[in-house]
Amino acid sequence: MLSEEELQSNVSVASSPTSNCISKGGGLKVHNYFGLSDSSSVESSTLSGNVEDDKATISLKATELTLGLPGSQSPARETELDEKPFFPLLPTKDEIFSSSQKNIASGNKRGFSDTMYTEKNWMFPEAVATQSVVNKEVTQNIPKGQLGTLNNSSSPPAAKAQIVGWPPVRSYRKNTLATTCKNSDEVDGKPGSAALFVKVSMDGAPYLRKVDLRSYTNYGELSSALEKMFTTFTLGQCGSNGAAGKDMLSETKLKNLLNGKDYVLTYEDKDGDWMLVGDVPWEMFIDVCKKLKIMKGADAIGLAPRAMEKSKMRA
Amino acid sequence: MDLRLPSKVLEHILSFVDSNEDRNSVSLVCKSWFETERRTRKRVIVRNCYAVTPAAVARRFPEMKSLTLKGKPHFADYNLVPDGWGGYVWPWIEAMAAKCPSLEELRLKRMVVTDECLEKIAASFKDFKVLVLTSCEGFSTDGLAAIAVACRNLRELELRECIVEDIGGDWLSYFPETLTSLVSLDFSCLDSEVKLSDLERLLSRSPNLKSLKLNRAVSLDALGSLLRLAPQLVELGTGSFSDKLDQEAVAKLSQAFSELKELKSLSGLWDVLPEYIPLLYSVCPGLTSLNLSYATVQMSDLVELITRCSNLQKLWVMDLIEDKGLEVVASSCKELRELRVFPSGAGLDETNVAMTEQGLVYVSEACPNLESVLYFCVQFTNTAMVTIARNRPNLKCFRLCVMEPFAPDHKTQKPLDEGFKAIVERCKDLQRLSVSGLLTDKAFEYIGTHGKKLRMLSIAFAGDSDLMLHHLLSGCESLNKLEIRDCPFGDTALLENAAKLKTMRSLWMSSCCVSFGACKLLSQKMPKLNVEVIDEHPLETRPDSSPVERIYIYRTLAGPRLDMPEFVWTIHKNPEIGVSHLAIK
Repeated sequence: MLSEEELQSNVSVASSPTSNCISKGGGLKVHNYFGLSDSSSVESSTLSGNVEDDKATISLKATELTLGLPGSQSPARETELDEKPFFPLLPTKDEIFSSSQKNIASGNKRGFSDTMYTEKNWMFPEAVATQSVVNKEVTQNIPKGQLGTLNNSSSPPAAKAQIVGWPPVRSYRKNTLATTCKNSDEVDGKPGSAALFVKVSMDGAPYLRKVDLRSYTNYGELSSALEKMFTTFTLGQCGSNGAAGKDMLSETKLKNLLNGKDYVLTYEDKDGDWMLVGDVPWEMFIDVCKKLKIMKGADAIGLAPRAMEKSKMRA
Repeated sequence: MDLRLPSKVLEHILSFVDSNEDRNSVSLVCKSWFETERRTRKRVIVRNCYAVTPAAVARRFPEMKSLTLKGKPHFADYNLVPDGWGGYVWPWIEAMAAKCPSLEELRLKRMVVTDECLEKIAASFKDFKVLVLTSCEGFSTDGLAAIAVACRNLRELELRECIVEDIGGDWLSYFPETLTSLVSLDFSCLDSEVKLSDLERLLSRSPNLKSLKLNRAVSLDALGSLLRLAPQLVELGTGSFSDKLDQEAVAKLSQAFSELKELKSLSGLWDVLPEYIPLLYSVCPGLTSLNLSYATVQMSDLVELITRCSNLQKLWVMDLIEDKGLEVVASSCKELRELRVFPSGAGLDETNVAMTEQGLVYVSEACPNLESVLYFCVQFTNTAMVTIARNRPNLKCFRLCVMEPFAPDHKTQKPLDEGFKAIVERCKDLQRLSVSGLLTDKAFEYIGTHGKKLRMLSIAFAGDSDLMLHHLLSGCESLNKLEIRDCPFGDTALLENAAKLKTMRSLWMSSCCVSFGACKLLSQKMPKLNVEVIDEHPLETRPDSSPVERIYIYRTLAGPRLDMPEFVWTIHKNPEIGVSHLAIK
């Protein structure tokens, strides 16, 4: 068979130990790719043989060059699996080994076979004529029980977005929801700009939320909305006082905020600095605010002087 | 000693047999029963439009009044089937126009429908009554105008989540003044505004109208006047729910809603503002179906509505409802049968993290009739699934979408094998299952062992090896539709269980490692299957060992189809033809 020669000359560098399509790691076991010839009478054992092969190749695995992204070898997880299953990708059109550099930039997760997209960022091991692999582990770098920090991590979301058709939501729904945000703004009489969702996290809360900054017209509205969301959020002071005034938070209110209150509302601006909410006019605030965080008053003390300074300078 | 029933008698008996499954059995008894049955069947359902030719169907059922067709595979909903793959309804309409001109109803799902098709329908079927298009595409509002103008006895026109080239809202004005038979109108997926006066006049002369689903362009203000013209509605899909209305308008609208004494189903509610939620309170107690999946309001507002819906059987909502909201669902909606929770964010990043597995656990505990679940969630646990299975062994449909591929049990970091094991073990009547999260081959061993009634199974990013597929194909006796994406199995299990594929409607595999060679072999072994390779790259020059992008295998009496685009390949059945020429288009 043609393929046998191919397989023999191309020692597989990183192989899927679980598939009969290609030869196994160190011990070149050539299978007829139909899976039928010499193993036809014992096909069930071929299948169960996979499990043993898995274990046999584990020791070889350590010495193998793999195609994991640099830095993608996450610590072994405590599961029953000895072998982290490999996840094959498809070869590029010209069977060229395309560099993994493209995928590094896209974060922890490799693009899965995004065959619908014209750009083909596929990995292709030079040796294996048929398949390339990616370590599935790469995607399991999520620290245990820290979903909150996951969202705050710096891993860019671009990689996740590359998975075609995932999550399995109909494009009709996706498109409808995308325009839902726009529409609600147009109706409010604002110029048709997209909704401005920012994440709101709170120290000690098990989850984070998102709010659309454009759905509020002043700090008071924002504060009372957040108060509703985070029941232990105690910026209510601002909410009840600020309801009357539509202008920005005054210095006095800010002071009240900080004196003896359990929590303060802070935001991360475009420069990545954490600032106290309320020191700039509302319109400017929604322009620069990237994230919101409800911090314990104690933690926010470092911020206060700066914010006060800024507002003093403006006054 | 002719003991045969006179065919007239048999005909009469068969007129009481409605279910097509029963009729299929009847047709297998003997030739004369086959004949009588086929001449009397009115409602024909073809669940894969390529399984049989239009001519054959038209020939067999000449008295057909209603035809239901499904085209593209289910994963087409998620953009996994390239445009142009197929699913054209034209040949069917041509055949029916010639052989079954008394056709009255056409229901199509995931098919390509052109304006030409719609015009042909309008021209060919004199008594056409029902057109329901679900997830279809390829036509424009001009085609709708053709239907509107010509079908004098039109009863139902429903466009459910179709992709329509929207040229304008004029099509509605083509309904003649003489049309008074309308029972159901659904144009919710269209963008353009229709003329309000046309719509009002249509409603005024449609006393039988029971179901009306407006599109987003219909304003809240307009809704009031429309509802006053159709207080008999049983199903209502509102338009946009967000104009600023003055006091008087609000009062009028509230009054209009309270007049809807028959209303059972409510949907639409796009852009709904929280302050308008109370407008809906009056209809809540009567609702059995509520679709809030486009209502982007927070949990507290959703809950206000839901506490009042004690008779709800079907609830579609977004994860904005959160665990707390689902707790309220659990305590308020004891009649709940179907729950669908959709993600509110566009991507994995933006999911609402305040909704966890706990929400579903609440509902499973408190709603004894819950049998159908679709749940998008960031993470899940085995314990939760075990609890849910224990609470609700009567589940028939369980579709869990853990949004993060390969996500393990977030408490134990173990695969979700044990959770799904509990589901298939306990829920003996489970017919549909979608799995997600981190799963090993073990999970599929469990499914194969216990999922005996399972008919449809959807899998993504799961499993370790060929064993996975082997377990499913050898174990799941009732398996009818299997769709798999991004799983690491290869040829072995597929070839070994090839015979199983004859008993199934279809198998879809994308981004797995099935080789071109295996496809060829399978195609040769199984002549009654169409093995379609959907691959952007030319196959002729490929080595047999190279994996293919997507495979769609389905049983068929029609042989390879003739309308395949460039990127769809079928393997020639003739083994004499050399290897390099095996694939034909």
